[in-house]
Amino acid sequence: MTVSLTIENLSAHYGSTQVLKDLSISVAAGELVSLLGSSGCGKTTTLRIVAGFLEPTSGRVRLGDRDLTTLPAHARDIGLVFQNYALFPHLTVMENVAFGLKQRGIAKPDRAKRAGSMLDRVGLSHLADRLPSALSGGQKQRVALARALVIEPPLLMFDEPLSNLDAKLRVDMRVEIRQLQKANGTTSLYVTHDQEEAFSISDRVAIMNAGRIMQLDTPEVLYRKPANAFVASFVGFENLVPMKVVSRDGATVTAEAAGGAKLSFSQDVFGPIKDDFVLATRADGLVARQSGEGIPATLGTRTYLGRAYQYKCVTVAGEITANGALSEPFDPGTSAVLVPVAEQCCILDPEA
Amino acid sequence: MTTRIHPLLGAFAALVFLFLLAPLVIIVGASLSDTSYLTFPPQGLTLRWFANIFEISAFRNTAITSFQVAILGTALSLLMGIPAAYALNRYRVELPKWLSTLFVLPILVPEIVFGFSLLKSITIGFGMPVYPSLILGHALLVLPYSVRVVGASLAAFDFSVEEAAISLGCPPLKTFMTVVLPNIRAGVIAAFILAFITSINDVSISVFLTGPGISTLPIQILAHMEQFFDPTIASVSVLLMLVTVGVMAIVEATLGLTFLTK
Repeated sequence: MTVSLTIENLSAHYGSTQVLKDLSISVAAGELVSLLGSSGCGKTTTLRIVAGFLEPTSGRVRLGDRDLTTLPAHARDIGLVFQNYALFPHLTVMENVAFGLKQRGIAKPDRAKRAGSMLDRVGLSHLADRLPSALSGGQKQRVALARALVIEPPLLMFDEPLSNLDAKLRVDMRVEIRQLQKANGTTSLYVTHDQEEAFSISDRVAIMNAGRIMQLDTPEVLYRKPANAFVASFVGFENLVPMKVVSRDGATVTAEAAGGAKLSFSQDVFGPIKDDFVLATRADGLVARQSGEGIPATLGTRTYLGRAYQYKCVTVAGEITANGALSEPFDPGTSAVLVPVAEQCCILDPEA
Repeated sequence: MTTRIHPLLGAFAALVFLFLLAPLVIIVGASLSDTSYLTFPPQGLTLRWFANIFEISAFRNTAITSFQVAILGTALSLLMGIPAAYALNRYRVELPKWLSTLFVLPILVPEIVFGFSLLKSITIGFGMPVYPSLILGHALLVLPYSVRVVGASLAAFDFSVEEAAISLGCPPLKTFMTVVLPNIRAGVIAAFILAFITSINDVSISVFLTGPGISTLPIQILAHMEQFFDPTIASVSVLLMLVTVGVMAIVEATLGLTFLTK
C-alpha cells in the first residue's frame, strides 16, 4: 500500500523568527523527494513537523487520506532514519529492529521472523546479538534502516542519514537506501545538504532557501534549467549576468550587459524573453575566442581542466569564469571575447 | 621497571593516608576495648559494646528510623529529581539557566539554616507530623544529588534515541520507562547511593526535624555521648561505617566503583 504525502501551506516559527514560509510539497506514492539546502533553510524543521516532533504555526500535513497535523508523533506510523543512527544502546541489533513490531503488539515468534529477514536484507544477520556499540558506522546505519523499514511504514524519512559516514561508504549506502526504497515502493522524504547525494538518490529534489522552496523538480531539470538565480548559483552556474533588451527583430532579441556588451538570443531557443533578464551560465557556457559576438574580456589565470582550459576573466559586466578550447590557449592578460553557447545558457527572470 | 618517586612526595602521600585512615583505626580499636570509657589503644578485647547497642532500645529504634527515612527520603528525592533532571536536559535550550541552580540550593544554603527554615515552615507552619516532615526534609536535602547525578547521565544521553522510539510507535511515557531509564540506570543507582549515604549520616537537618519519640541514629549517638562516654559510641560508629562499606562493596561487585567518580 503506497500513499502520497501532502504538505500544505506550512509555516513555522522559533520564537519570533519565521523558519518556514507557506511551504507546500507533494510527494507522490512511491516517490523519493529530497529537501536540499544549506543549514538553517528549514529542511530539518519540515521533516520534524511531518514526524510530529514540532508543531507548525499553520498548515496541514496529510499522508494518503489521513490528516497527520494534530496526531501525536507515536501514532503517525512513519519510519525515521537519523543522522546519528539513534539506535537503542541497551538493546541488541535484533531487539533494535524488532522494537517497532513489539509496539504494534506482534507476537514474539513472528517478530523474530520478520526482524530476522529484514536483517538478512541489509546483510547483518550475523551481528543480530551484538550491541550497537560494537558496530561500525555503516553497520549502525544499516540497522537503523532495517529498524525503520521493518514496520512497513507508509512514509520513510531520512534526516542527513549519511553525514557521519566516510566518502566511499556514503556512495555505497545511498545506492543501498535507494534500492531498498524502490523495492518496497515506500514514499520517502530525504533531507540533505549534499547536492550530489540529493541528485543521485531522488526522483525529485526541492531546493530550499530561508524557509521557502525555490524549485522542486527532477535533478535533470534542476541541473539544466534552474528557475531562478538562487537555484542557478546553487547548482553551479558561476556566471549570472544581468541583461537589458535593446531591440527585437522577429524571434531574435538583442540585449546589452552592463558596460555595453551586446548579445543576441533566439526566442525559438529560449522561449519568450522579457525586457530585463539574467543570463546564467556555467564556465562551459561561455567560450573564450579571438573574435565573435560576445562579451569583451581580459583573461586572467588559466587552469588546465583536461577537456578544456578555464579562465578567470575581467569584463565590463563583472568577473566571469569561462572555458577555452585546448587548441587555442590564451596567456594571462590577453584580450578575448566570451561567446555564449546557447544550449549551455539559461535565461532567468530576475523577479523569480 | 618501576617509576621513580621523590622520597618527600612518598612521605607526604603516606601522611595523607595516615590522616585519612588513622581515625577509623582508632574508632575500631576503641570499640573493642574492655573498659567502660573510650580509650585507645584498647585495653583487653571484647565485643560486649556491640552487644550493648542491641540492648539499648533507643539505638535499635533510631537505627530503624534512620533506614526508613534514608530509603523513603531518597526514593522521594528521585521521584522529584529524575523528572527535573530530564526536563533540565531535554529542554536545555528553552529553559532559563538559573533553573538548574535552583535545584542545588539545599547544598549551597548552610544546612543549619536549611534545617531551621524547614522546621519553621513544614513542622510549625503546616503542622506536619514529625515522621513525614523528617522524610520530606531528607528528600529535599538529598535532592541536589538526584538532580545532578541523574542529570550527568542524561547529559550523555542522545535524545534522538527517544525520538526514534516514539517514531516507532512507542508512546512518550512508555518510551521514558523502557528506553530512557535503562540508559541512565547507572546514574540513578549512583544518585541513590550518594543520597542514601548523605541522608543516613545527616545531623543538622535531623536535629531540627526529629521530635518526641522519633529520632535518627546520628542524633541518638550525640545524645548518648552527652550522658555516657563508653565504647558503645565507637561500636555504633563502626556499624555505621560497615553499612557504608557494605553499600560500596555491593556497588563495586555490580557496577564497579569507578562509575561513582565519573
